[in-house]
Amino acid sequence: MENKLDWVTLLLYFVILFFGWLNIYAACYDEAHAAVFDFSTRHGKQLIWIGISLVIALVITLTEARVFSSMAYIIYLVVLVLLVVTLFVATVIKGGQSWIVIGSFRLQPSEFAKFATALALSKYMSAPDIDYKSLRTKVIAWTFVLIPALLTLLQHDTGSALVFAAFLFPLFREGMSPKILIFGLVAVVLFVMALLVNQFILIGALAVIAVLYLFVWLNKRTRKHYLYALGLFLACSLFTLSVDFVFEHVLESHQRDRIYVLLGKTEDTHGTGYNVHQSKIAIGSGGLHGKGFLNGTITKADFVPEQETDFIFCTVGEEWGFIGSSVVIVLYVLLLLRIIRLAERQYSRFTRFYGYAVASILFVHFFINIGMVLGLLPVIGIPLPFFSYGGSSLMAFTMLLFIFLRQDQERTKTIL
Amino acid sequence: MSSNQYKERSNVMRIIFIVVSVIFIVRLAFLQIFDNTYRQLADQQALRIVTQYPARGLIYDRNGDLLVYNEAVYDLMVIPRMVKNLDTNLFCQAMGITTDEFLSKMEKARRYSPFTASVFMKQISKEEYGSWQNYLYRFHGFFVQQRTLRVYDKPIAAHVLGYVGEVNEKDIESDYYYRQGDYIGKSGLEKSYEKILRGIKGKNIMQVDVHNREIGPYLGGAHDTMAVEGDNLYTTIDATLQEYAEGLMANKRGCIVAIEPSTGEVLTLVSAPCYDPNLLVGRQRGENYMTLLQDIRKPLFNRALQAQYPPGSIFKVAQAMTALSLGVISPGQGFVCDKVIGCHGHPSARSVQEAIKMSCNPYFYYTYRRIIQQGKYKNIYKDSQYGLMVWHDYMQRFGFGTRLGIDLPDVKSGNIPDTAYYNRWYGREKWAFSTIYSNSIGQGEVEVVPLQMANLACIVANRGFFYTPHLVRYYGPDSTRNEEFYQKHETGIDPSYFEIAARGMYDVVHVGGGTAHKANIPDIDVCGKTGTAQNIGKDHSVFIAFAPKDNPKIAVAVYVENAGAGGSWAAPIASLVIEKYIRGEVTRKDFERMYRETNPCQPLPLTRVAKKKK
Repeated sequence: MENKLDWVTLLLYFVILFFGWLNIYAACYDEAHAAVFDFSTRHGKQLIWIGISLVIALVITLTEARVFSSMAYIIYLVVLVLLVVTLFVATVIKGGQSWIVIGSFRLQPSEFAKFATALALSKYMSAPDIDYKSLRTKVIAWTFVLIPALLTLLQHDTGSALVFAAFLFPLFREGMSPKILIFGLVAVVLFVMALLVNQFILIGALAVIAVLYLFVWLNKRTRKHYLYALGLFLACSLFTLSVDFVFEHVLESHQRDRIYVLLGKTEDTHGTGYNVHQSKIAIGSGGLHGKGFLNGTITKADFVPEQETDFIFCTVGEEWGFIGSSVVIVLYVLLLLRIIRLAERQYSRFTRFYGYAVASILFVHFFINIGMVLGLLPVIGIPLPFFSYGGSSLMAFTMLLFIFLRQDQERTKTIL
Repeated sequence: MSSNQYKERSNVMRIIFIVVSVIFIVRLAFLQIFDNTYRQLADQQALRIVTQYPARGLIYDRNGDLLVYNEAVYDLMVIPRMVKNLDTNLFCQAMGITTDEFLSKMEKARRYSPFTASVFMKQISKEEYGSWQNYLYRFHGFFVQQRTLRVYDKPIAAHVLGYVGEVNEKDIESDYYYRQGDYIGKSGLEKSYEKILRGIKGKNIMQVDVHNREIGPYLGGAHDTMAVEGDNLYTTIDATLQEYAEGLMANKRGCIVAIEPSTGEVLTLVSAPCYDPNLLVGRQRGENYMTLLQDIRKPLFNRALQAQYPPGSIFKVAQAMTALSLGVISPGQGFVCDKVIGCHGHPSARSVQEAIKMSCNPYFYYTYRRIIQQGKYKNIYKDSQYGLMVWHDYMQRFGFGTRLGIDLPDVKSGNIPDTAYYNRWYGREKWAFSTIYSNSIGQGEVEVVPLQMANLACIVANRGFFYTPHLVRYYGPDSTRNEEFYQKHETGIDPSYFEIAARGMYDVVHVGGGTAHKANIPDIDVCGKTGTAQNIGKDHSVFIAFAPKDNPKIAVAVYVENAGAGGSWAAPIASLVIEKYIRGEVTRKDFERMYRETNPCQPLPLTRVAKKKK
């Protein structure tokens, strides 16, 4: 008996796709090019991308599910080669060199690296004899992630590279220590605090926390705990002291500026902060109901750069208001929760791992993109899945999702 | 399935998703619902409101001659942030300003706001604008806005018309209509008819793009409105007479008010020294205004409405009418001129008519005593208190002690003391007729404004009633009238008594022993009454008159400050105004020249206070 494709996910996918296209149409709308099928415009081109993506989705659903698991490493290698090639032949676009340009066709291989890595890592992690506790497994698993991440970073596409952090979540689900997530969170908090507060005050505060840890929260004052507290304190202090160095010498100047703007340390609504400032104006001016489809004054007047790509959510905010924006957020959360639910019903470890990878990648995009547009995160240019204008990302996300849906459809067959 | 031992960790993922989305939605709520600054910022940068200024209504005289019209001028506006690659040299040359002026003006505009338009140069004439209009496209960030200025063909009636100036903070706060830089009527008809004259502003809301280029009307112009021109005023002023009267007063201080008695329409209202209303228009306005303000002759002060003088002897007419109406004297009543108060040499008056003709002070002393002490109470104080109440009521019926509802701002009420006034001053039951008798001859505590005196002349001319003096007959395309001006105000005194007053006033001018033979005009029956108002410095010369005696066409009040007796200056000037109006032409050329060219006014400053000010 054949299962059907999960219709809930499909429905969410189509709703998001359609609403995304409507907003692209609004974002690049002008009266001279109002025709829906005007392929010289971005909304017209996006229709082509949607068409191609749907063909790809159809092909995937007609392909045997196990083809993807068996081809995983090959796909991964092909994408890696593409990434390396990109490094040499890329045309610089918007400061990054992640595009291969062939005629009028532009391809961004880093978009495809995500699902390829997801496939390969799922394949590796679902081998019967795998033991995540062993160091060897950990090293190999992270190597799978870091190679494409580094290659993307070399293309000056920090945002896409950052997305590879998404693999923390499937690994966590398969047994990675939660301490890594907690340490990561603490590191982010310390990093921000170190930029806002004087280092020595911060280290003093850490010392107080370490002492409290010993005297208040724990009644067992063993030597092990003393050392533990001391070690953590030293590690945190060192980290704090190194923030300045990292900030000044590792990050690039525009990244520093973006972080400063986010933290409110510089008030620069015309330079670095312009984008986010305009983005907030567009969204904030939408009010409860929004200004109505095609009536966004900020949207129409091109105040927000990159509005049909990374800042597409501004259009939603301005024209559809709080209600429309909240609906979009809820749609994404429903999609993510649905994927987790599907992943959890798998019998195959491959599909479960892959499902978590899909949800995590989509989530990181969603989190960084909307966080940025709302001015909660620094400006990191990555698209909103299924929503932003762009052929490569739409095709890559469609592949990512539909391979999972196809696996899910054949879940009974793929019991290993 | 041993490999599924971390199943509960799926909940960690779910919690992260939900927490993040809740944070986003809360953030959205703050941006979109609780904080409306973004809405304002959005409108500020994406919409440009282009105001269409309506032309101010025109002002006509009673014969349809244009008194005030408009002229287009241009304000040069600048949006500082938009100014790029400006050829400063060419710009300064075209505008006729220095580089320093340019820099300071730019700085001022930038301080106001770099993103919104502010006025760079005000009120540029059509000719000046034409000289650099062709270069304007090269000055990116600058544009012109058309405004209108008032123009006066004849430099007359400045006090009536008033002037227009830029709104102040208070105007902006109290009326939503006004924005910084708008004009508003500051005095005169411009002020009292501001809402009728100003019209309705129009606005075009344009959408602008990120480069501040207009990309079309906002919402297809759904919120745009057209400017509606202000309504025209059709005034009661006779421009010819006004000009003539101003000419007579050109070298004097004082005022002339002329009213058509049968309607209350003000024909002429002069306050001297006069000034050219064109002085308070345009870029020189501020400077000229300061000059006028600092002039010790107070040219900006509208004496006709605001100068509260003691009325002097003309007040006696109202006393005679009151006494007759109360029945405390009869028309044939005589009083001996016993010099109980000072008087000039004349035979005793044997009737009211004679008393008015000779302006006998003791006669009106006794008359006033009969009004104040009617013998209703034994107690002399109570009796006086009652008498004063009755008298005060009568005076108000003559329009004294109250603000006449003329359609000009800041008219004064004068002063008619009532019982409360004297109680406050002397204490209850501590005053009687003997304390207040000076009122009888228009001195003492009595004060009136010239408009009220002209109105008294109207009352006698009408034999007992008046219409509120007013300056606008009707306005707007529908000829809207102010109904208040068509309501008759009766004094409630028998017209036959007023006939006596009219005859007395006729005698003043025409019969030997009258005080104003200089007001005599051949073939016109002028009725008048002189007054000589004592004050600091030389007396004010006062005269009221109406003519012709039967079916009067014009009533006049003339004040000449510090010029002496009423008969010597105010009377001849009044007669010239009357002749000019009734005949259209003054036949007494030598007489006219003499009173026009001589300045009888004692020079200022007259008082120590004035000297101290210097």
